[in-house]
This record gives sequence, structure tokens and C-alpha cells, in this order.
Amino acid sequence: MSNWDRFTDTFFNAKVMLKYLPDILSGVVVTIELALLIVVTGIAAGLALALLRSLAIRPLNWLIIFVVDLFRSLPPLVVIVLIYFGLPSVDLTPSGFVSTWLSLAFVLMAFSEEIFWAGITSVAKGQWEAARSTGLSFGQTLMNVVLPQAFRLTIPPLTNRTIAITKGTALGTVVAVTEILGQASSAMSNSYNPSPLMMGAAAYIVLFLPVVVAARWVETKFAWKR
Amino acid sequence: MNKPIVDARGIHKYFGALHVLKGVDLRVAERELVFVIGPSGSGKSTLLRCLNRLEEPSSGSVVVDGIDMLDPRTDINHARQRIGMVFQSFNLYPHMTALGNVTLALRKVAGKSRAGAEALGQAALERVGLADRAGHTPGQLSGGQQQRVAIARSIALEPRVMLFDEPTSALDPELVGSVLEVMRSLRESGMTMIVVSHEMGFARNAADRVVFMDEGAIVEQGPPAAIFENPAHERTRAFIGQIQRH
Repeated sequence: MSNWDRFTDTFFNAKVMLKYLPDILSGVVVTIELALLIVVTGIAAGLALALLRSLAIRPLNWLIIFVVDLFRSLPPLVVIVLIYFGLPSVDLTPSGFVSTWLSLAFVLMAFSEEIFWAGITSVAKGQWEAARSTGLSFGQTLMNVVLPQAFRLTIPPLTNRTIAITKGTALGTVVAVTEILGQASSAMSNSYNPSPLMMGAAAYIVLFLPVVVAARWVETKFAWKR
Repeated sequence: MNKPIVDARGIHKYFGALHVLKGVDLRVAERELVFVIGPSGSGKSTLLRCLNRLEEPSSGSVVVDGIDMLDPRTDINHARQRIGMVFQSFNLYPHMTALGNVTLALRKVAGKSRAGAEALGQAALERVGLADRAGHTPGQLSGGQQQRVAIARSIALEPRVMLFDEPTSALDPELVGSVLEVMRSLRESGMTMIVVSHEMGFARNAADRVVFMDEGAIVEQGPPAAIFENPAHERTRAFIGQIQRH
């Protein structure tokens, strides 16, 4: 057996791959469900917090900043474990899936709040003044003038952060979520062969590459000539 | 003076401990063009911004076209429609076309339909000589054109008063003329205008009155000829001497 054969037999073993393909595919479905939930709720919550913060109500802003800084500094794994093993002590028993979703959504909320907030504050004060001087209300100015400009600046950091955090769905393994990596690693221990892990890796690429490409497309779409 | 359209009395403004306006009174008649001049930091821009409440005066009263601007019951967004403002840095919305800039408030504040707003917006762009630039974004326009779009954005709302805050200070010299031209035609159409600017030539032949401010107070005011040729106060004389040397 040549070295190459040995390599493919270990990492790309057709028999093993065929056997565990259904498991990996079911993992893909779980990862997609989890990722979509995290992205939608996390970004929506982050935007909501940034909008709340723009109202400049001081005690509320302290609270927002505290929560955001907390979730930005905690390792996501710790948050998952705290929710999964901690909440039962107040008689709430979230599943591993729900724990992972909530944890990563909180983390994405925290990061996206900071990104949206940076975008909002980067819009020149003169934009607010011009809009308000024509009679637009605070909310109308925010929606029609400030946010469209802020979004353009937030798209690149937001996609980076979103991809990094959705890959964190793999952390769900520790609370028995059967997502891609969980399926791949149990298949790997059952088959004594790392080929399922390679399938898992391929699945991540297939999942996330289109996201990256889509993000680039959105970036060019939101750009305008200066 | 007949019943003034802008009636500001006893305006004080503090920024923290800094006393920027020290009891300023300014009354402007309908169709009058008032020029406000003065050294940097004299409070001219702050005064202008107090008139449409972009700055909240610390005390005093501001009545514009019969509306008490400082009354908490006043619908400030409604009142501001009647007071156009043009800024030194244009402040056009960079993500919208010229027409989009002009129609935004028409649609959102004046409640016009899209078609109605676009007709009015196009007419306003026509008045500033930029009808053919409606589809351009601010980045595709020169500074002078941008400022004229900003003027169109204000006049489209048919304001009763226009405030100009150093409208030509950010422009290259060769672009100043086109903006002054638009201001002159506005003046001829009978618009009441309060202009903070150092365009002395324009002040001389277009202004009804020149107000000289220094250190947060009005030092003197009068017809342009009187203020420029024969100022009563030493500070006015020194300031006018300085800007005329340039």
C-alpha cells in the first residue's frame, strides 16, 4: 500500500463515508436550523439593543453596555454549559439544541449590537441635523438617513462575526446536540476512521462558502459612489 | 418694523460653563435679508441653530411665523418644515440621488405621494438650475452643485424663512458664484433669509441689514453701507478692516 493509498484510506475511506453519510446529512440539517435561528434572533436582538441605545437613556445604556460586554468576554462554551446545566435549578430544562441556540444568539447579539452601534455613531452629526431641520422625526431620521448609511459600514464586520459564531454551533456537541461535528466525531469513534470528520469539514465548506460569497455581493450592492 | 416673522428675544446659550450667547435679540421682517457677521466663536452659528431649535437655548424666547419654537407643546417637526436650513458642509444624504434628497421630507413629513413629491422635487431642482442632475448621487456632484441641491431640499418644503450657515465657506472659490446666484434669485422671489457668511460683496448688494456679533452679543446692526463704511464701534471697525484686507 502506497503512502497515498494509506492517506486516502484513512481520511477519505469510501466505505466508511457511505455508511455515515446519512448521519452527517442529518447533522447538516440540525446545523442549518441552529445557524438560521442564531443569526436571525441574534442579529435582530443586537439591532434592537443598538436602537434602544441610540435613545440615550442613561441607566438603560449602562445596562446594555454591561450585558454586551459580559457576553463578549465570556467563552461561548461557558454560556452553553451555564444555560444547559444551570437553568434546571430554576426548574427550566432547555434541551441541548435550545441551550446552544440561546447561548450563541446572546453572544451574536452582543457583538452585533457593538457593530451596529459603531455604524450608527460613525454617521456624521450633520446628517442628523440636516434631516431634523427638514422636520423629520428622530425615528424617521434613524430609519431613512442614518441606518442605511450605518448598515453599509456594518456588513463586513457583521458577516465575519456571524460566520465565526455560527461555526460555534459545533460547541453544541458538549450538550449532546447532533449537529455536523457531533455526528462526525461519534461516527469517527464508531468506525475508528477520521473520514466522517472530513465529510463534516466538507459540509461546513458547502454551508459557509455561499454565505461568504453572498456577503460580498451584499457589500457591493450597498456601496455607493462617494 | 411690522410684525416680525422671526422674533428671538433674550437668547442665552451655555455649553457647560461656556456662555456662548449672552442675551441676543433678533427680529427679522418678512422678505428681509439679514446678514450676520462676526469673528469665529462669536456665536453666530449658535444663534442661527437656536432659531430652529437644533440647539436648545438656555433661556429666552423664539417665535417664528407665529409659532413659539420653545413651547414644549409645539410640534417641532411640523414647525421646522417652515424653516429651511442650509449648512456649511451641505450634509446631503450620500446614499440617495439628488431627487431622493429633495423628496425625502416631502414624502415623510409633508405627506406627499411619491409622484407628488417627485414633481415638487424636480421643480425645486429646476429652481437651483440642476434639473438635469436629479438622478446623480452627491458623490457625482461638485461642491457647488451639492450645496444647490441642499438649497433645493429646503425650498421644496416651501419654508417661510431660510437660514444659511456659512453656505459658501466649504466651496472652492470658482464654485461660490453659482451658490450666491441661487441665493440672489431666492431673495428676488421674496424669501426671508438669515445668512451667516463672510461673502461681503454679496452682503453689500443684497442684504437689507447687517448684524455684527462678537463674544456672544450683537455689537451693532444697520444697513450694509453704514456697517461697512462707517461702523460705530471699534470692534466692528477692526473686524471689517481684517476681512477686507483679504
